[in-house]
Amino acid sequence: MNDPADTAAPDARRAAAPPPVPRAEGADPPAPAATRPGAGTSGRDDDWRGVAVEDVEDPAGQASLRLERRSRRLLGELLRPRRGAVALALLLTVLQNASYLAGPLLVAGAIDVGLPAALDGRPEPLLWFVLGYAGAAIASAVLQFAFITLSGRLGQDVLLELRQRLFRHAQRLSVSFHDGYTSGRMISRMTSDMESLDRLLAEGLDGLFTSLLSMIGIAALLLWMDAPLALIMLAALVPLVLVAGWFRSRSRSAYRRTRSSMANVITHLVETMNGVRAVQAYRREQRNDEIMGEACGEFRRANKRALDVLAVFVGATRSLGNLNLVVVLAVGGWWVAEGRLDLGVLTAFLLYLRRFYEPLDRLAMVLDSYTGAAAALEKISGVLAEPLRVAEPSDPVRLVSPRGDVRFEGVEFRYGEDRPPVLPRLDLTLPAGQTVALVGATGAGKSTLAKLLARFYDPTAGRVTLDGADLRDLSDEDLRAAVSMVTQESFLFSGSIADNIRLGRPGATDEEVVAAARAVGAHSFVVSLPEGYRTEVHKRGGRLSAGQRQLIAFARAFLAAPAVLVLDEATSSLDLPAERAVQAALETVLRGRTAVIIAHRLSTVLIADRVLVMDGGRLVEDGPPAELIGSGHGRFHALHEAWRDSLV
Amino acid sequence: MDTDTEATSPAPTSATARPDLPDDHQPDRAGRPRRGEAAPRRSATRALARLSPYAGAVRTPLLVSTSLALLAVLAGLAMPLAIGAAIDGPVTERDLAGLMWMAGLVLLLGLVESGLHLARRRVMSGPTTAVEARMRQDLFHHLQRLPVSFHDRWPSGQLLSRAVNDLSTIRRFFAFTSVFIVVNAITILVGLAILFSISPVFALVMVVIGIPTALITLRIELRYNAESRLSQDQQGDLATTFEESVLGVRVLKSLGRGRHLARHFTAQARELRGTELRKIHLLGSAWLWIMVLPELGVAAMIAYGGYGVATGTMTVGSLVAAITILAYLRFPIDSMGWLFSEANEAATASDRYWEVRDSPRELADPAEPAELPRPVRGELRFEDVRFHYSAAGGADERAGGAEVLRGVDLTLVPGETMALVGATGCGKTTLTALASRLADPTGGRVTLDGVDLRDLRLADLRTAVTTAFEDPVLFSASVRENVRLGAPDATEEEVVAALRVAHALDFVSALPWGLDTRIGEQGLSLSGGQRQRLALARAVVGRPAVLVLDDPLSALDVHTEAEVEAALRRVLTGVTALLVAHRPSTVRLADRVALLEDGRVTAVGTHHELLASEPGYRALLATPDDEDGGDEVAGPAGNEVPSR
Repeated sequence: MNDPADTAAPDARRAAAPPPVPRAEGADPPAPAATRPGAGTSGRDDDWRGVAVEDVEDPAGQASLRLERRSRRLLGELLRPRRGAVALALLLTVLQNASYLAGPLLVAGAIDVGLPAALDGRPEPLLWFVLGYAGAAIASAVLQFAFITLSGRLGQDVLLELRQRLFRHAQRLSVSFHDGYTSGRMISRMTSDMESLDRLLAEGLDGLFTSLLSMIGIAALLLWMDAPLALIMLAALVPLVLVAGWFRSRSRSAYRRTRSSMANVITHLVETMNGVRAVQAYRREQRNDEIMGEACGEFRRANKRALDVLAVFVGATRSLGNLNLVVVLAVGGWWVAEGRLDLGVLTAFLLYLRRFYEPLDRLAMVLDSYTGAAAALEKISGVLAEPLRVAEPSDPVRLVSPRGDVRFEGVEFRYGEDRPPVLPRLDLTLPAGQTVALVGATGAGKSTLAKLLARFYDPTAGRVTLDGADLRDLSDEDLRAAVSMVTQESFLFSGSIADNIRLGRPGATDEEVVAAARAVGAHSFVVSLPEGYRTEVHKRGGRLSAGQRQLIAFARAFLAAPAVLVLDEATSSLDLPAERAVQAALETVLRGRTAVIIAHRLSTVLIADRVLVMDGGRLVEDGPPAELIGSGHGRFHALHEAWRDSLV
Repeated sequence: MDTDTEATSPAPTSATARPDLPDDHQPDRAGRPRRGEAAPRRSATRALARLSPYAGAVRTPLLVSTSLALLAVLAGLAMPLAIGAAIDGPVTERDLAGLMWMAGLVLLLGLVESGLHLARRRVMSGPTTAVEARMRQDLFHHLQRLPVSFHDRWPSGQLLSRAVNDLSTIRRFFAFTSVFIVVNAITILVGLAILFSISPVFALVMVVIGIPTALITLRIELRYNAESRLSQDQQGDLATTFEESVLGVRVLKSLGRGRHLARHFTAQARELRGTELRKIHLLGSAWLWIMVLPELGVAAMIAYGGYGVATGTMTVGSLVAAITILAYLRFPIDSMGWLFSEANEAATASDRYWEVRDSPRELADPAEPAELPRPVRGELRFEDVRFHYSAAGGADERAGGAEVLRGVDLTLVPGETMALVGATGCGKTTLTALASRLADPTGGRVTLDGVDLRDLRLADLRTAVTTAFEDPVLFSASVRENVRLGAPDATEEEVVAALRVAHALDFVSALPWGLDTRIGEQGLSLSGGQRQRLALARAVVGRPAVLVLDDPLSALDVHTEAEVEAALRRVLTGVTALLVAHRPSTVRLADRVALLEDGRVTAVGTHHELLASEPGYRALLATPDDEDGGDEVAGPAGNEVPSR
């Protein structure tokens, strides 16, 4: 039997794909392909890591071969439009197997029929067998090529559609869902889970299928050729299945350990590199070396174990194969000697034997990635099955040139059915064009109010309307064009600074982008960068200061020029000149637009037309700032006093 | 967050490298890491030779393994011969006893073959995984000691792919590739000799089909590898896009740009699909040739052998043996192409590995370190300090080569808190990096108690001077471990005391596992204020003489700002502190303020002095109340509030 490659490779870039050459026989253990560090919860013996909630999602390893109903439905949906291609692929692989299996049969024919005829001086039958053999080989290869490309295309198409579905669904899911689900898990769905599926496809779901088919084909053929000898040969399947079972259980735990220990290596490396300033400033190198030493040692032990398990498995299957060969040779040879069996049939048996064992090594491996992929599909289908709680209306109300008239009518909101309301019945009217400041302690409900206005959540009772239309009746496009929110966490996307600003209005010209940046006072620092507006934003703007990132987020919102602008603590990271610029911009660029500003800094609040003081989800004060301050009492007055005192 | 990105993205490896040109000179652009490219290459053998320091450790197992593998392969090769002999001899002669002997021989060969293969794998698994671990640790050790400017240039994904993928390739090279290049070559030669002994024509057939098979597989392999790298890059990009779409979901929703990004994502996913389809096509064509060529060889052998049997020049047994040998030789022949491309990959991996290992550690301990006078008083002095990011290294993202600091003179008296104020991007952060020697000035010098920082041991310096960064970096470890970063030997009491000083003890005690709670990316997430306070605790736990704080209040909301501010007040007592400040509230913590303008300190004084004398300072830090006329906000009675 051929030598299987020892590529028990914990290869972070997917070593998954079986390379063109049949090295995949030995197959790689499922690579901990850039495993998400999130899985690294093995920190039992190393207490420096601390305690965390275990990742409850990690499949308990009880993955069965059956797909759950949800996954089956999803798979059905994905494959149904491609029925024709699936059927064709099946046909191709059946034909390919038939022509592949014809080979040894033709050799047997050549020996049993062709040779005697040739000895009799009639070489034609032998020639026909030879030509038939060559023809079958060529047909088999061409069919195989067609099958690989067709099934590969099918797999990639399904993967593409699944990726797109997941992306779109993730975007439609509500913010509260994302908050609960956490970004890490969501990202795992798209990365490591998709990789599991991809790995299965690459490692040869098709191959698995073909292998099974060819094993069944060979068994049937041998039974037909000579049932007793075939039964003797097939008896070897029993120990083989046992060995494969042993291997699967052993390898699964071994690979899980390689994956989790590699995840620790990766986490440690990445965290150290990203925090290298702190590492060096705090002389952490030595300790880190120790930790890395442990992590590498752990991975090394795990990997060695995986390799050793693989070695035993390969050795055992090969021994069984060789043993089987000997038995077939001894019994078959005896029968040939007794005249009960043709020599050609024996030769065919010996040749088929090899083909029978060939896929076995791989089978156990592919089964492993199959169970991994099934678990991944289950998790992905779970996200896709998640209902959209803040869904777009099917029949949206059109909103033409919104004025920005906002009303909260009997709005109540709670974060969970059994949780106390954050906003108990709120009625509020914000006339178009008004600048409103929301003031109050943390937890007073300011941010909730802002999020309801931006429809990150829907109210549990009552309604929020824009120009008289319930937000729930507006199309996402209309709503987002009309209402924009800037928060304290100013997220930057990879791309240039101009790209990030242009996100506010994708069609904007360069001049408009620059004008928006100028308006918020971001222009001067942007042009001081070596590539100005074309400077790439690395690592989510890691090289920019928090204030700079926030200015870019502002420029983005200003470019979008919505009818209603919501600022949730959006100026907190700015230094004073920047804050002044933003305020000036609010007064000029956004003149005539409705603005809701949540801020702790009174300097920001004082530009408002109206101040709303919130407490426990209720509005406790409402009026122009000067009036509230001038009243000589009340919360806003007290806040203002405290602020002035703090300015020394 | 960044941790996430880099770890998730299937670490980018070479995409545009042309490994199919073994001796190519990859264009080298100013020493920057090229995403998706292999390191500049001189020769594959030279690259592999660089592995020799590590290969030494595996030399003996390598030799043992090669011998075992060779014996195993030869035993395997002998099996068809024995089978052929059994068919020609006992089977045709109806000699049952002889048949059993031959069967016994085949069994022996078979067990030797499988047993030796098992032994070979087990001999190698220990040493090669050990070498891999050793190389990984050495790389990590080196990386940690490379200057910050190196890390600014190299995304962690690039480093990750070297530490993980490339080393895995190198391990495979030791464990398998190198062994089987030798073993397969010998096997092929032996097989060829046996075939030759059966019939020279058979040997000829094998040569005729073997050479093109190996060449074609090599060619396809190389192209496949290139496509694989491209695909990894594309997967990384795709992952990044998705990650951003999830992390930035609020922004996308509030601007309604989900669809915009979805189009981008779809385009990327389609590109990836295209690459995968090309890979599949290559895979298919490889199979095509691998299946067709040897089978045509078999057909030719049957035709020629059948003719031989018919004319009595050959026995059926020899024919069967020849066919089986050819079948046996298929793997060695097919795999030669793959093995060479693997060796080429390993050479690339070696280059990429050494590219990092060869990067110089610019900031090293001096040959003859000076001792810091004890106790450290904490007088930090900048003397005509200049700094520019060099063109090749440094943060070339910023003003390429322009001088950021142009002669800074500043002295911090022991025990005082000095605020550093300046417009965004004026070099404040750069200045703070010099104090703990995360970078060296390009001109002038920085001294601590009169000693040039470059004359001090890094460990001494960094014990005396501690830096807290604008973005507090927390590691995925327990709270205790994170605080102890500042002083590995700190006792429990000292950790608790530091937490208390930083006003962090209350919230830490309230965490589910207290000090043992894991925080950071993989643990509990903390609020910005909590993170900052932990960072402060970390900064003070080692009781440094000098504290450098890069605006610890910048990214906080006002509530948390008040908490951290209170913590800071206590932290700053009794140490010399350099405090980068953006807002008046932070400046108020300082005894004196230094104004940094155009790369120089243009004024030093108290907040009020500077407000009075420096217009530049007023522009940066004047609150409305400080400004003449209070035109924006309230006078004392609040009746001047402008109403719109």
